[in-house]
Amino acid sequence: MTATIYIPKDSGALALGADKVARAAEREIAARGLDARIVRTGSRGMFWLEPVVEVSTPEGRVAYGPVKAGDVASLFEADFTAGTRHPLWLGDPEKIPFISRQTRLTFARCGIVDPLSLDDYKAHGGLRGLNMALTLTPSDVVQTVTDSGLRGRGGAGFPTGIKWKTVADQVADRKYIVCNADEGDSATFADRMIMEGDPFVLIEGMAIAGIATGATKGYVYIRSEYPHAVATMTAAIEIARAAGILGPAILGSPNAFDMEVRVGAGAYVCGEETSLLNSLEGKRGVVRAKPPLPAIQGLFGRPTVINNVISLASVPVILDRGAAFYKDFGLGRSRGTIPIQIAGNVRHGGLFEAAFGMTLGEIVNDIGGGTATGRPVKAVQVGGPLGAYFPPDLFDTPFDYEAFAARDGLIGHAGITVFDDSADMLRQARFAMEFCAIESCGKCTPCRIGSTRGVETIDKIAAGIQPEKNLALVADLCNTMKFGSLCALGGFTPYPVMSAINHFPQDFAPRSVAEAAE
Amino acid sequence: MQPSGTKVKVADVAARTEAVVAAHGHLEGPLLPILHAVQDEFGFVPQDSLPVIAKALNISNAEAHGVATFYHDYRSAPAGRHVLKLCQAEACQAMGSDKVAAMVKSALGIGFHETAADGSVTLEPVYCLGLCACAPAAMLDGEVVGRVDADAIDGMLAEVRL
Repeated sequence: MTATIYIPKDSGALALGADKVARAAEREIAARGLDARIVRTGSRGMFWLEPVVEVSTPEGRVAYGPVKAGDVASLFEADFTAGTRHPLWLGDPEKIPFISRQTRLTFARCGIVDPLSLDDYKAHGGLRGLNMALTLTPSDVVQTVTDSGLRGRGGAGFPTGIKWKTVADQVADRKYIVCNADEGDSATFADRMIMEGDPFVLIEGMAIAGIATGATKGYVYIRSEYPHAVATMTAAIEIARAAGILGPAILGSPNAFDMEVRVGAGAYVCGEETSLLNSLEGKRGVVRAKPPLPAIQGLFGRPTVINNVISLASVPVILDRGAAFYKDFGLGRSRGTIPIQIAGNVRHGGLFEAAFGMTLGEIVNDIGGGTATGRPVKAVQVGGPLGAYFPPDLFDTPFDYEAFAARDGLIGHAGITVFDDSADMLRQARFAMEFCAIESCGKCTPCRIGSTRGVETIDKIAAGIQPEKNLALVADLCNTMKFGSLCALGGFTPYPVMSAINHFPQDFAPRSVAEAAE
Repeated sequence: MQPSGTKVKVADVAARTEAVVAAHGHLEGPLLPILHAVQDEFGFVPQDSLPVIAKALNISNAEAHGVATFYHDYRSAPAGRHVLKLCQAEACQAMGSDKVAAMVKSALGIGFHETAADGSVTLEPVYCLGLCACAPAAMLDGEVVGRVDADAIDGMLAEVRL
């Protein structure tokens, strides 16, 4: 029997040497004349164990990790394709607590299947949602998504079904589905992992969105910093088109839908939906004023659904298992599951999909295992560069849109960056302003000018120049940015800045000029 | 800082740009794909290519210039033979990306957005490579590197000096 060896090709695994491991495994197979094949997969998201190598046994998968190229010979020596013990043996990957504690709905296949094998996709439940959607009326598809309680996973948390209904209700010669894959927030990589590890689920979700709203054309706007995601997504679209999942007749139905990948050009602000639309149109990625909503006048002035990767990738399971099944997970108005990304200075960093409602402390300490450096946690930033810094005092906050908002934070795209006690929160606040200045599209004054004035004023505080007056000035400036900016870049930069000031006042005490200028 | 031997003739730029535009003319909103392809063709977006693109797309020179200069990716001059990007975003900051940057800058004798005098390498900051659970991260000529430490820096520096 041919042995199967699974080695990830997710960027995170590649960054830790997965290609070298795969090449070493190929050499060993050839040298030993073994009957074995290598399947490249996505990642299950346990990055402290990557590259994870798995083998198929009659009892299921057995994992080994973290595997370095130099370990490969010893794995073959130990006859690991039979699942034998080895110092790197991890056993059944599904039984590793980090995996067994998750509820994998959106990421059910990620890390398990060959991302570009439609057979794998179908064997693991793929296309069931799309087939279901084809038996329903478009308005029933929209209703199912509305009933599931799914909210925009990009960060804004707007109900996906309502957005779809608005587009479905428009009469137009052409409508679009735009997938926002401009995942620029630090600590987030869920979109990247899905596109690299299970691209067909995104295609399926977009096709369902097309059927539901009457849109016939889709774009996936992927940031240029993700070359592997671009390659996998592009290849998957071609495979789906050849298989009749995309094209003039989706799976033989009268519904037409096709899509293509567009690559961004290194502008963080293009993750904002209206600047993304401008960028797709070939313009500067400048924010548009709303109204008109993109659902009414979006891409090229046509009604447009613009959803995050994870929102769209969660649709197939909702159609397949039903709205009630999905809605059963979560709490309050935050329903279903959310792929939490645990990053930065953390022992067990990775992707953890779970129902809403875990506390921040459980995520950071129980799941994440505390800091990688072993030092105490000082702060965690939740929601990327525009998210608030939370001190351990607030670790009882449940992971829920409203609960975070009530504590002057946001869950955003559900990325969590852990910092140990060596972090300097004044420096983090300064960086938030600096990043806003670098990435501002320049359209509105509070963001364009405010961010630069913010950096200067924080530098004055660091230098001990009238610290009380300047702290008040920063608070006032943040107020102006929050309420006077057109989009979340200027509007949310105050979250990291003010949370750093409010929760870590000791870091804003005067210091030497030399230190601040560093 | 422009490495020698990369000067391109104006007429040549026009002809090659026209070919790129022709290959992408069927797309909706073709300007970004065209600029990416022009950069792939020349290694940067030559100033002389912009009027050619503008004319073909029936937009003003100012619009073409405005778009080409809005996005961080488009270069107005060629990069070095290698491009090294160091992630400087929060998750990497939490794992000492500032120290990585300082070591690389000092070893190469250049700062961010600069190219070594011998044209070997251009150093750039990048704000997130999506490798936040194996920080600090870097990208050398499109290849991703995670948990960058002193050894990884030495390896990358050896590669760029080849």
